[in-house]
Amino acid sequence: MENTLEPTPSQTVGPFYGYALPFPGGEEIVPPGEPGAVVVRGTVFDGAGTPVPDAIIEVWQPGPDGSLRGAPGSLRRDPVTGGVLGRTGLDFTGFGRAATDADGHWYVRTLPPGPHREGAAPHLSVCVFARGLLHHLYTRVYLPEDAEALAADPLLAALPPQRRDTLIAGPERPGVYRFDLWLQGGAGEETVFLEFA
Amino acid sequence: MNALQPPTQADIDREIAEHEGSRPGAAHPARDYAPYRSSVLRHPRQRLVVVEDPEAVELTGPAFGVTDVTALDNDLTRRHQGEPLGERITVTGRVLDRSGRPVTGQLVEIWQANASGRYAHQRDDHPAPLDPNFTGVGRCLTDAEGRYSFTTIKPGAYPWRNHTNAWRPAHIHFSLFGQAFTQRLVTQMYFPGDPLFPYDPILQSVTERPARERLVAEYAHDLSVPEWSLGYRWDIVLDGPAATWMEEGR
Repeated sequence: MENTLEPTPSQTVGPFYGYALPFPGGEEIVPPGEPGAVVVRGTVFDGAGTPVPDAIIEVWQPGPDGSLRGAPGSLRRDPVTGGVLGRTGLDFTGFGRAATDADGHWYVRTLPPGPHREGAAPHLSVCVFARGLLHHLYTRVYLPEDAEALAADPLLAALPPQRRDTLIAGPERPGVYRFDLWLQGGAGEETVFLEFA
Repeated sequence: MNALQPPTQADIDREIAEHEGSRPGAAHPARDYAPYRSSVLRHPRQRLVVVEDPEAVELTGPAFGVTDVTALDNDLTRRHQGEPLGERITVTGRVLDRSGRPVTGQLVEIWQANASGRYAHQRDDHPAPLDPNFTGVGRCLTDAEGRYSFTTIKPGAYPWRNHTNAWRPAHIHFSLFGQAFTQRLVTQMYFPGDPLFPYDPILQSVTERPARERLVAEYAHDLSVPEWSLGYRWDIVLDGPAATWMEEGR
């Protein structure tokens, strides 16, 4: 369909989203102890290498079966008190939201995404907001295991090796991957950010 | 300009004027818009990589439902024992995609300062009173026509430290989800006729006037309720591609 309307411009999330956007359990797409759960964790850095304590990271991903029909209920509320109940832990919502802490650190606990199409290199889609960032940034977190799928991925294939590596999470220990986000840096350092045509 | 001194409003005004109209046709701010000083170390220097053919992951997005909001979540004036101070307002509008289709059943979140211009946030040390009857956070789901609606109070202007004597025009922060993750939007809604507009590098980061005007709500007398509240209308258009198969989807 044709674009007939002009978009509403983006504005920065600012410094004071902390009582509005983060929600208890936002990082726990699956509960601790869930069989097969993995953690993707990292630090957000600015161009001076200083951790960014006021960024917020959102993750959207397929389920382990590759399904893109995430269940609702990420922010489940108690209709009696209005308080937060959180996810049931029974349905996979595929959505996580993590504010960085005072050290600029964030994590999500989730299930590894499945391929959403035959041969696809599974990845998490990531959206980054921060004070100082006037328009959010998208990137992808690829998990490192499936070398064949990674080699066939059209986005990764189009990137020079040093830039490509910024999109592949580093295995830290079993079940824990590191994915630092560099908002600004040299070509081998700054995270690859995406624009969608 | 002395690097040790914070910039003056005149310095910022000069920079704003240099950027004004510099990106014809652009809707979104440039991430390297230096008059907003916090952007300087927080924008990419490498070119964004254009994805011509987004993956299905990006062309879909998270789902929210009736369990994610409660009936009172869109009324920011009824969250405490008493009534908040300030001018009671309703803000309503439609969330559309760029082809004019309503974005239905999606999450809208807002947050704002109180009537005195103070956020209920520990890091806001502006010496204006907190209001024990106002937190300033709300959420709702868009209806079948893409409509959202909030009852709140008009936020106050507040000072910040971008430069000497920097004041933000009154605004409400909005967070929106489309049918696709690529349509995600976080933005700010402003109130018509605010005299602080020309001085504010965050609003002026949208360097094209028509785009900037799309951030300003319209006072809508038909939405005002006699003896009760003033009405504002603000429609939101989400950018970015989405999967067309979602039309028959959820």
